[in-house]
Parts: sequence; C-alpha cells; structure tokens
Amino acid sequence: MSDQAVKRVIIIGAGQAGGEAALRLRHSGFGGDITLVGEEPAAPYQRPPLSKKYLSGELGMDRLLLRPAGVYADENIAFLAPLRAVWIDRANRRVRLEGGRELGYDALVLATGARARKLTLVGADLAGAHLLRTAGDVDAIRPRFVSGARLVVIGAGYIGLEVAAVARQTGLDVTVVEAAPRPLARVTSPEVAGFFLDEHAGKGVRFALGAQPAIIKGKEHVTGVGLADGSEIPADLVIAGIGVNPETTLAQHCALNVENGIVTDAQCRTSDPSIFAIGDCAARPMAHYRNRVARLESVHNAVEGAKIVAAVLTEQSHSVEAPWFWSDQYDLKLQIAGLFQSYTKIVLRGSMKERSFAAFYYNGERLIAVDAVNRPGEYLGAKMLIQTGRTLAPEVIADASRPMKELVAQAQ
Amino acid sequence: MPKITYIEHSGKEHVIDAPLGQTVMEAAVKHAVPGIDADCGGACACATCHVYVDPVWLLKTGEASSMEQSMLDFANDVEDNSRLSCQIKVSDALDGLVVRLPKSQH
Repeated sequence: MSDQAVKRVIIIGAGQAGGEAALRLRHSGFGGDITLVGEEPAAPYQRPPLSKKYLSGELGMDRLLLRPAGVYADENIAFLAPLRAVWIDRANRRVRLEGGRELGYDALVLATGARARKLTLVGADLAGAHLLRTAGDVDAIRPRFVSGARLVVIGAGYIGLEVAAVARQTGLDVTVVEAAPRPLARVTSPEVAGFFLDEHAGKGVRFALGAQPAIIKGKEHVTGVGLADGSEIPADLVIAGIGVNPETTLAQHCALNVENGIVTDAQCRTSDPSIFAIGDCAARPMAHYRNRVARLESVHNAVEGAKIVAAVLTEQSHSVEAPWFWSDQYDLKLQIAGLFQSYTKIVLRGSMKERSFAAFYYNGERLIAVDAVNRPGEYLGAKMLIQTGRTLAPEVIADASRPMKELVAQAQ
Repeated sequence: MPKITYIEHSGKEHVIDAPLGQTVMEAAVKHAVPGIDADCGGACACATCHVYVDPVWLLKTGEASSMEQSMLDFANDVEDNSRLSCQIKVSDALDGLVVRLPKSQH
C-alpha cells in the first residue's frame, strides 16, 4: 500500500514520541483516523524533568504534560489510556488491545519506549527501593525524599547523578554506587566524567566506584545496601538508575527485525513497510554518522522520529537534525551535540576550574560531538558544524580568545 | 491571568491567558500556538522558542541572561529584541505583552 492510501494510523505508546507523532501528523495535514494508545494514565508528558524539577517538587504534573490533555480530542485524535496493545496481526493489519477489542490500521507506529532495568538483587522488592522512569515512580519516591534521609543511588549515569544533585539540594545524605570505575562511563569521556565526579564530591556526595551491589537489606523496608566486598551502606531510600531496555515485546511477537531496538530505515520504517518505530524503542541509521545504526534515548530522538513519520505519511520533505541531549545538575547546564563514541581525540576549550568549558570530540580531523558545560555558544556552534558536515582544526577550536560564532563562520 | 498576544510570522494573532509563574513559551505551547517548537520543554537546550518582544515591553521583560544570549547568537534572524520565550516568566507586569514569532525556528 502506498502511503497515500493511508487512512487509519494507530500509534502504540503515548510518551513524547507517540504524542508528538499524533499531533505532528495532524498538523501536517493528515485528515484520516489517528488512534494513540498509552499504558500510563496520564496524557503524554515530558520525562526529563522527572529526575530534576518534578523530583524536587518545582514542577507539578500539569506543567509536565506536553500539551493540555484536551488537545488530543480537539485535534480529533482518539487517545486510549491507560490501555495496553497486546498483539499485532500483520497479515490483516490489526492491533488487539487488552480486553479483546481490535482496531485495523493502514499504518502502525510503534513508540513503545523503554523500561528501566530492574535490580536483580535480593531485597529489590522492599519498600523504599525504587526505579525512576515514570511520573508514578517519582510520586512513590517523594514521601521519603526528604531532608536528612539516607539515599543510596545505584548507577552513576545521567539519571543517577541528576537524582544525586536534587537530593543534595533537598538535604538528603547521598551515596552513589557504581559498578564501573568511573561515573558516566557509557555516555562521556573520562575527562568530563572526572569533572562531574569532583563537582558531586564537592557537594558532599559519597561515591563507591567499582563496587557491585549484592543485596538490598531490610525486613519490610530498606535499611541498607550490601556490597559484594561485604561492606554495607545504611539507607532509608534506594533509587536505581542502571539504564533501560527498549520495549520490543510486541515487535518481536510479530517477527519484526529487532536487534538492540526495533531496526528501521532512515524513514523509521521497520522490516514491515506498514509499520514504523520511533523513539527509545527504535534504532535508525544516523545521517550525520555515515548511517551507523543507533538507538538513542533522548527527547530529540523522540521528536525527530515523530517529525520523520509525519513527513513520510503526508509525503513532505524533512531534514534530520544532528542528535542533541542535555543534563542539569546543580547550577551546571550540560549540553551535548552529536555522538561521541568513535572519538580518537578530545580538545578542551574554556576552563573546568571556572566551571565553564566545552569538550570537543574528533574522529581523526572530523568534529563528531561536544559536551558543553555552561557554554551554550560552543554547544550550538558545534551542533551547527556537525549538522552541516563542517569541522574546525583542534588548535583553532581550543583558542578561547576568539568567539565561537566567529570560528563557526570560517569553518570549512 | 495576564493576557499575552502572540503574532505568527504570517500576521495571525493568538491572545492567550497565561498562568502566573509559567513561561511565555509554556503558555504558547499549551495552547498550540504554531511557530514555537520548544522541543526541550524549556530547559534552554534547543533555541526553538525564539520570539521578538514588542519594543515597548522590553523594559518589563528584562534582559537575556548571558546563557540565553549565547544561545540567541546562533539563532536565525536575531534582532535586538530577540528573546527565548522559555526564559521569560509570566507576571502581572506582563499583562498585555505582545511577542512576534520568527519565520522559522531552525
């Protein structure tokens, strides 16, 4: 079926990717039926603040929502929640929902997201031991997230460190346990990770690095975390941020191509041309990285997937943006552009000591990514360079006496 | 609630009741004003909520912080009255504010 003949679109998953796909499809002029199926009770909301301003209480649920809940009905989008899709019948293009109801589609969008990895330790089900992925998770954490409480964070990725920052600002006693020898091992360079380690240590966060949690202790409620070396860290609250797994169950059951995520082409089409996959659950060729297939967990990737699908289904053109991310910890704004994984050289501009610097990542002569801390110009400048396939020599970019904007203008 | 007028690049006007304490960006996004993308949700990470503040309001909206100014340096079609609307908080003093939207946020 050509995309022109698409009259009925079902979107499974009502996170940022799914919600944005529904609205952008409508705003792009699609006049057919749109059904959005979500398993959480709330209308699509922003996840990034969950480990930041929603945890601290600064933002309520009303401000977390991407759009007011009534917008979907106003845009003639059938929003079904909380409800799970349980089966995809590819041959007949039907989706079965929990309770037995079936809906037909011409195009199906999988935006099923990812699930927080669970601790597989004894005691992981005790009261006071939490994951952090949904607003419901944070609502459950909040009553014990109070000044003076002893918090153990398991996992020193961005979520774990953001939680640690909010916890220190709220007056909790915080220990971060991480199996790797350094924090942020999967997501940034040792140099930038070292900066964040020092910042947190300076704010009173204790770290157990290279440490394996072995057991969560307690009878009904958490009292501590036992490590593999036999030591124990007392705790009133344990929050695990040890990564996510893409939610690919439905895709696997209907035999779509799934590796690390549901594999798609650049148009977000899966191995079945009537089925698209976007957001955290999907892996797509990255236009700015020689079409290397990557599964990104980010707001940008969620929104980008939504834009791509809306453009494909309404036969409009769309140019893909280079990947971007951010993390807020204390008064530090970390802004990231590009994918750093294949870097062979790192160049610093600015000063870690003054808490204002950018780390530029090169693969050979090619600029591939930046981590900018309190340096938005460097972030946007590098993003623009990556976007347009340009680069700047390392010795030029390291010269902080020349404004970033001027350097970007002369880049080849 | 303070009223804010958003004028699209095409000239189309949207008058919105903006809740106190939210930002000029949030009020626009929650009412689906076209032309303010705000992909990052107000974290000052994407520079897609660029607006032009009507000059008579510039004193009341205050000045861009150095962080915001650095972001604006890289936005398209920046003018002296350019701001990121995620960095302007709605207050009673802004009742009647008029902002214009650029041709494109990218």
